[in-house]
Amino acid sequence: MSSFAEIPHRHQFTLAQYWICLCGIVWREGLRFVHQRERFISALVRPLVWLFIFAAGFRQVLGVSIIPPYETYVLYEVYIAPGLIAMIQLFNGMQSSLTMVYDRETGGMRTLLVSPFPRWWLLTSKLLAGTMVSILQVYAFLLIAWFWDIEVPPLGYLTVIPALLLCGFMLGALGMLISSLIKQLENFAGVMNFVIFPMFFASSALYPLWRVKESSLLLYYVCEANPFTHATELIRFALYGKMEWTALLVVAGCTVVFLAGAILAYDPSRGLLTRRGGPAN
Amino acid sequence: MNTAVQLDPPALDVTSIGHRYGARVALQDVSFNVAPASFTVLLGLNGAGKSTLFSLITRLYAIRTGRIRILGHNVETEPGAALSKLGVVFQSRALDVDISVQQNLIYHAALHGIGRQAAHQEIDRVLALVDLADRRRERVSNLSGGQMRRVEIARALLHRPRLLLLDEPTVGLDVKARADILGHVRRLLATGLGVLWATHLIDEVGADDDVVILHQGRVLARGSVRDVVATTNTANIGAAFGKLTQTDAAVDAEACP
Repeated sequence: MSSFAEIPHRHQFTLAQYWICLCGIVWREGLRFVHQRERFISALVRPLVWLFIFAAGFRQVLGVSIIPPYETYVLYEVYIAPGLIAMIQLFNGMQSSLTMVYDRETGGMRTLLVSPFPRWWLLTSKLLAGTMVSILQVYAFLLIAWFWDIEVPPLGYLTVIPALLLCGFMLGALGMLISSLIKQLENFAGVMNFVIFPMFFASSALYPLWRVKESSLLLYYVCEANPFTHATELIRFALYGKMEWTALLVVAGCTVVFLAGAILAYDPSRGLLTRRGGPAN
Repeated sequence: MNTAVQLDPPALDVTSIGHRYGARVALQDVSFNVAPASFTVLLGLNGAGKSTLFSLITRLYAIRTGRIRILGHNVETEPGAALSKLGVVFQSRALDVDISVQQNLIYHAALHGIGRQAAHQEIDRVLALVDLADRRRERVSNLSGGQMRRVEIARALLHRPRLLLLDEPTVGLDVKARADILGHVRRLLATGLGVLWATHLIDEVGADDDVVILHQGRVLARGSVRDVVATTNTANIGAAFGKLTQTDAAVDAEACP
């Protein structure tokens, strides 16, 4: 029996080709977003309801003292704006996760994963694409909030970008990791309830942690351990041109852990996809 | 210096592949080749293991037993090289229906590192191959099921693969659309492309095809249609399939090669 020759060379992509792949994935995510106007509207309505109704109603009840990064008393609406920005990114990360589960069911995910580029690059590119979409949503929110007299220093609109990128990455990577654990689309809503709401409410998005500490020390520690708290604080400080180093370290660390987990989960040799039963034949 | 005669590698070389889902054996000792410029039908009933095999070839699943090589490149150790030679049409449709045919193809080109300018030239080429050049700017949701399948075939050919896998590509299509797609793919053989066509429809097997009969995760027969018919001592491939799998193939014997 004859043996066939093993072709010795390895396939190598150039940096330009990696860039083309990244741009293609971001472009496709952008197109998808543009074609799903209801997604854009719901992404905006959610934080605006909190801003216009919840914050207005609780302005008197939930007064905020002077705490960094603020140098004076601020309105409650001003206080919760960074938390709502983080909320936009949280929902977007979970929305991307939902999309991935849907794509996996419909076959769209296969198109991505069958690409010859390394899987870590494909997943990171997809993550960046989702983050870019969330940043678009954030700026639309900031524009509307500006008309509501919620203004940050002009430079803050720029200094917040790195924080938005990092937080978007962290929350998107968490969503990606969750998507790898969800077998069917129907299971998604339940899992989200155990992720989105606890993360959002047990954080500094709606109230400063010193207030939480006064009422429950245990809850305070839970909030401190919540990565979403640190995402909120990173954004809050960045909006005022300041850096919160602890928040930066926690968000960066969590991003690495979540992303590594997602890449492992989508790796065929180590991941969970193989173990959860086969496709229809 | 190695003086052994080096042959061109097959488009696809599947060797002793096995796969399990927990305790359930999905594939066991599956081996076969697909030669360049050949049309190989992977024939099996639902649940035979065809889609599992496709998931292993495309590296969606890890290969735990055996080895798969595409044009000589090991899928596990050289995934980039192997997958760059591979075009795939999956069983479930995977097009973005809200965007145009061209946009879908540009996205696919990017996933293979092909820039916009080169992608436009390739799009002209592949859409002409599947007779859809005039639908380039059409929204995918406006296309018929058969046309969507042809777009998927065009997409799979965009990066000039040497091996084309199609997993039950005619499912849900009417007779004419099925014949069109089969005809389009058969014409591609002239370009040197190796084709692996998975189906449970025996009337899609041609007289000159190679066939791999997969049943309950095992290869029951492989070779040219004529050889399989001869070795099973039957009248046609439908009867051979029925005899090997001990099932009522329920096909029109006249339609079988």
